[in-house]
Amino acid sequence: MKRTLGSKFELCKSMARTALLCMLPLCVLPVRASAAELHVPAIVEAGHGFSIPVADSGQASFYLVGPDHVVKRTVNLASSLQIQPSDVRAAGHYQVILCDSSSPCTSATFEVKAAAPAHLSFFLHPSRVPVSTPGSIDATAFVFDQYFNLVLTPAAVDFRITPASGAGFSRQASARDGVAWMHMDSTPHEGRVQVTAALGGVEEARVIQQVAAEACGLRMKAVASGNSVTLETDPVRDCSGNALPDGTVVSFTKIDKAGKSTVDTPIKKGIARVQLSVQGPAQVSVACGVVLGNEVALNGKL
Amino acid sequence: MKWVLVWFLAAATAVLLAVAWLQSGGLKQHAMFSAGTPEEAVQALMSQIQARNYEQAFASLDPSSGTDLASFTREMAGTDSSLRTYSSLQTADVSPLRADGDQAVVRLRMNWSSALGSLDDVRDVRVRRDGSVWRVVWPKPAFPTVPPQVVSVNYLSWDVIGRNSSQNWGAQDVDSPKVRITSMNAISRPGRVVILGEVENEDTVPAYLNVNATLLKADGSALEEEGSFDLISHVLLPKQVSPYRIDFPGERIDAVKSVRMDARALLVPASADPVIAVSNQAVSKDGLDRNVLKGQLVNQSGRPVNIAQVLAAYYDDSGKVIWVSDGYVDQALMPQVPVPFAVDIPDDIAARLKNYRVIVNHYSRSGS
Repeated sequence: MKRTLGSKFELCKSMARTALLCMLPLCVLPVRASAAELHVPAIVEAGHGFSIPVADSGQASFYLVGPDHVVKRTVNLASSLQIQPSDVRAAGHYQVILCDSSSPCTSATFEVKAAAPAHLSFFLHPSRVPVSTPGSIDATAFVFDQYFNLVLTPAAVDFRITPASGAGFSRQASARDGVAWMHMDSTPHEGRVQVTAALGGVEEARVIQQVAAEACGLRMKAVASGNSVTLETDPVRDCSGNALPDGTVVSFTKIDKAGKSTVDTPIKKGIARVQLSVQGPAQVSVACGVVLGNEVALNGKL
Repeated sequence: MKWVLVWFLAAATAVLLAVAWLQSGGLKQHAMFSAGTPEEAVQALMSQIQARNYEQAFASLDPSSGTDLASFTREMAGTDSSLRTYSSLQTADVSPLRADGDQAVVRLRMNWSSALGSLDDVRDVRVRRDGSVWRVVWPKPAFPTVPPQVVSVNYLSWDVIGRNSSQNWGAQDVDSPKVRITSMNAISRPGRVVILGEVENEDTVPAYLNVNATLLKADGSALEEEGSFDLISHVLLPKQVSPYRIDFPGERIDAVKSVRMDARALLVPASADPVIAVSNQAVSKDGLDRNVLKGQLVNQSGRPVNIAQVLAAYYDDSGKVIWVSDGYVDQALMPQVPVPFAVDIPDDIAARLKNYRVIVNHYSRSGS
């Protein structure tokens, strides 16, 4: 019979299911009083090894079933069972099972909790934001231990904000279920703003670029020369006085006897400039995005 | 018997010669040099242009034509990787306008096919009788030249350094540009629904933009989804506004309950150069009595723009976008040289339009 990729997958699934079913009786066995009764701590810190005392003799199979791995060892029941730090790095629910040939299997469970905070995953959104925009900056910090387990115990995360100009300030947020966050307004001045999330000795810094908002009070002037006119804006700024970045498109429109002429020209060194030929009286206007500027009437006597 | 064979061989040779003559375009050449009417003369000329036989086409022109072979070939075949160089003459319709003894004027409508669609070129052609035949008078095209000069170009350009994929989750990255659909209008056109409007790049970085629309039925399910394809300026510089138009052929407006719009922007490297001015725009009628928006494009930079597309948005008296049309220019935009353009306007739109705005998409071959 032709075996397809799908049938191979089904075969693997069936084998895995069989293996799990074989292990299931081991996992669901209740803890029974026996010579090899297991006494484990209820809670263990991630990455901390411990020993389980046993008082028996002979050899047995020992299983440690964790959230991300399973360990099987043949152990000597004459000495205590050692759980290595590397076996309990992942936080979560663990089960230990001990089986020997002479008595039923015994098992016990314990929890591994995250260790002390050692890493912060820090999201600062957005990477660019217009100045003076309320609630526009979101900072979210995820607290992890050294094994990248989410630290669920409450912790105070300090968000330190350092603008390019002006005094810095900080905000504190309590991490809930491993997550601390805050919203803030963008400041009125453009430039880099560094936001650092700090917890204990752990720090993670991100940078947000505050950029000029929409143009404000857009104005141009016209300088006549022969049959042409040079239109030049004043330095294009937003309402907080920040210069719009070079490359921002400014649209000039001229209507005269020859018809309508438009030029979309980028700001260069803070201003936008264009030269247009004029036939007779003309009306010239300027706009930047959806912001309209002033209009200039040319009387045709250039 | 001997003579029969001779006659047979002679007849067969004559037939083969006739076939070869026909195959080599002799019939067309004969028609060209024996054009009995002005229309035949123009049609014969167009046949040669269609076959790219520019030398023969030029040879058939009236001696009073001011053009030369180089100019004629340049005009017909195109240069500088312009759209004309990727086009071929598909059809040529000729209709008489007036005739006056030895002179006649015919209206010639050339339809050029290109990878970007068909392009119409309508012109009135003068035809002159030369003995027993008619010949086309083809004026020399004006190819303005710009004096040699150095043009300093120092417009801004943007490069992008993205996030390194090997970095951890949560590592800093740069956001996509923020764009906003500033207007949207759904209209019904014969045999289709059209969504049109304008979109603005609100950010301080350039954006590569796609606008998609989904027509929704009364129960909220999707009827059809389409994108703006080439009826938009995909690359928008900061604060630049582009019209868009999305066609839904075969759909009816009464089946549409609502429209879901989706503007997706990507951060891309871009340059603010070249700046293309659109001058002397005016709505008028073309030779076929169609409403057109005419004007001139002037490339203000120092590098040629090989292919240019004109996008025009039309507004009614309330400032609402009522139509968006486009047209490709089949000449390259050489620096500082005005190049005419014309885009069609439907008659009903022309009757309602109060204002319009034109922007230019451009393609420049690298290294040109």
